[in-house]
Amino acid sequence: MASLGRYLLAAFGLAAVLLGVLAAVYVSGFGRHDAASDISRSRKTANGLFMVSIEPEKGAVRQGELHTWLVTVTTAAGQPVEYAAIDVSGGMPEHNHGLPTSPQVTDYLGNGHYRIEGMKFTMRGWWQLRLSISAAAGSDTAIFNLAL
Amino acid sequence: MTRIAAVCLAFALMATLAACGKPQFSDAEKATIASLALSALPLLEPDTTNRFADDPGAAALGSTLFFDQKLSRDGTVSCSTCHKIERQFQDDLPLAVGVGRTNRRTMPLAGVAYNAWFFWDGRRDSLWSQALTPLENPLEHAGNRAAYAHYIEARFGERYERIFGPLPDLSAVPANATPLGADVEKAAWASMTDSQRDGVNRIFVNIGKAIAAFERSLMPPPTRFDRFAEALASGTEPQGDAILSDEEVQGLKLFIGRANCVTCHNGPLFTDGSFHNVGVPPAANLPPDRGRIDAVAEVEADPFNCLGPYRDGGPDACGELRFIRKTGEELVRAFKTPSLRGAATRPPYMHAGQFATLEQVVANYLDAPASVESTTEQHPVQLSERERAALVAFLKTLGE
Repeated sequence: MASLGRYLLAAFGLAAVLLGVLAAVYVSGFGRHDAASDISRSRKTANGLFMVSIEPEKGAVRQGELHTWLVTVTTAAGQPVEYAAIDVSGGMPEHNHGLPTSPQVTDYLGNGHYRIEGMKFTMRGWWQLRLSISAAAGSDTAIFNLAL
Repeated sequence: MTRIAAVCLAFALMATLAACGKPQFSDAEKATIASLALSALPLLEPDTTNRFADDPGAAALGSTLFFDQKLSRDGTVSCSTCHKIERQFQDDLPLAVGVGRTNRRTMPLAGVAYNAWFFWDGRRDSLWSQALTPLENPLEHAGNRAAYAHYIEARFGERYERIFGPLPDLSAVPANATPLGADVEKAAWASMTDSQRDGVNRIFVNIGKAIAAFERSLMPPPTRFDRFAEALASGTEPQGDAILSDEEVQGLKLFIGRANCVTCHNGPLFTDGSFHNVGVPPAANLPPDRGRIDAVAEVEADPFNCLGPYRDGGPDACGELRFIRKTGEELVRAFKTPSLRGAATRPPYMHAGQFATLEQVVANYLDAPASVESTTEQHPVQLSERERAALVAFLKTLGE
């Protein structure tokens, strides 16, 4: 009986090691890119000039389809930023490529709201959207992470 | 005795543990597999740029035209010369051969209407404008639009008018004329009035719209993979040929996992519809082919593009062209991600048939060689020979 116990113990020990290895692989896979972990849709621009919020105009974003986003720009103090020039770029940092389309701001909707048309995400994964904003207060950039 | 029993028990325990971690799939993997199944393919959206897209009469005429060799300079080439109906609408050749030999591989047509961009480099932006391009290409049909207009009137006049309305007066239109092609045809085109040119263009466009209406019916058939995916989604045991072997399951897991294939080969058609440089070597004895980067100017200049005068419906349908990506190193030697449905039975592979076997294709993706120009998007992936074979085994389930 003593040997049975030993064998059982060995089997469980082996299983535990295997599970540990699997868990380590699993966890490291998920912690791969810290930069991508902040997926908030509202943030300050790099130098703090503006607050920028983004949202898809029609709720969910479907992979592979053109869609529009709404952008809201305010000053750090919360005042709407009117008639800013916004350049849209971005891409997938892990795949060395930019956006598959060239989205543009096509409309200023008033009160600091802008419409971006021509957004498209062709793959799942970590995307970045970079908004370079120029207005009376100066120029600044916000980078958003999007997880698709 | 107890010793033997103990060994048996230990083995049994390990076997049980191994079985728990065995094939079957995580929830994330199940979701990905479901997203690849043919049942996830949405219904084809209406094509508002072609008001005949879903007109059965137009589709029937388009089918006739698709197989009609008279739609060529010397009466020997139809769409079906390269897009062979019994061969998944492709021709098994590394480079397509019409009147002459082209520089690209014929693309199969199943599900073609789901594309936003056409050809390997996306140099056309609608199914109907795509269909026009080979008709005047000197290496393909090698004809000209004035000759096609006369032919339509003579051969299909009544049938054409029932669908598209009255034909214009072609009596003073030269027998051969096009703004492209040989100097004599260009001169003939220049000699025509604006109204004659527009009349010929409209007939030419309607040839494309009819062929597009026909091509919208070309859909990929369900495969062993789809039957497997359906069983997996419904939680039932796969039956018959829906049962994937251990090797095929391993290949599927690699495809959607470590080998990263699904990054670009995504959705029920196994393509993101976009353009990528994946370091495919150039074909021997062909001029440099820079892919997408050279197609941008061409589609923007195409008089039959979505923003041109021959589109039906409103400009809302032209988002892809309006927001086309025009610059960037990544467009250099970028070619469209092809669908993998049926790919296993239609070698050779890539835009100029560079690879004769799926094994070579898989090796190119995993080894990620440098691109001859610009940079490949591929990162090397370490897979054993068995794993590579498993990937190929899985790809074959998409063609059976």
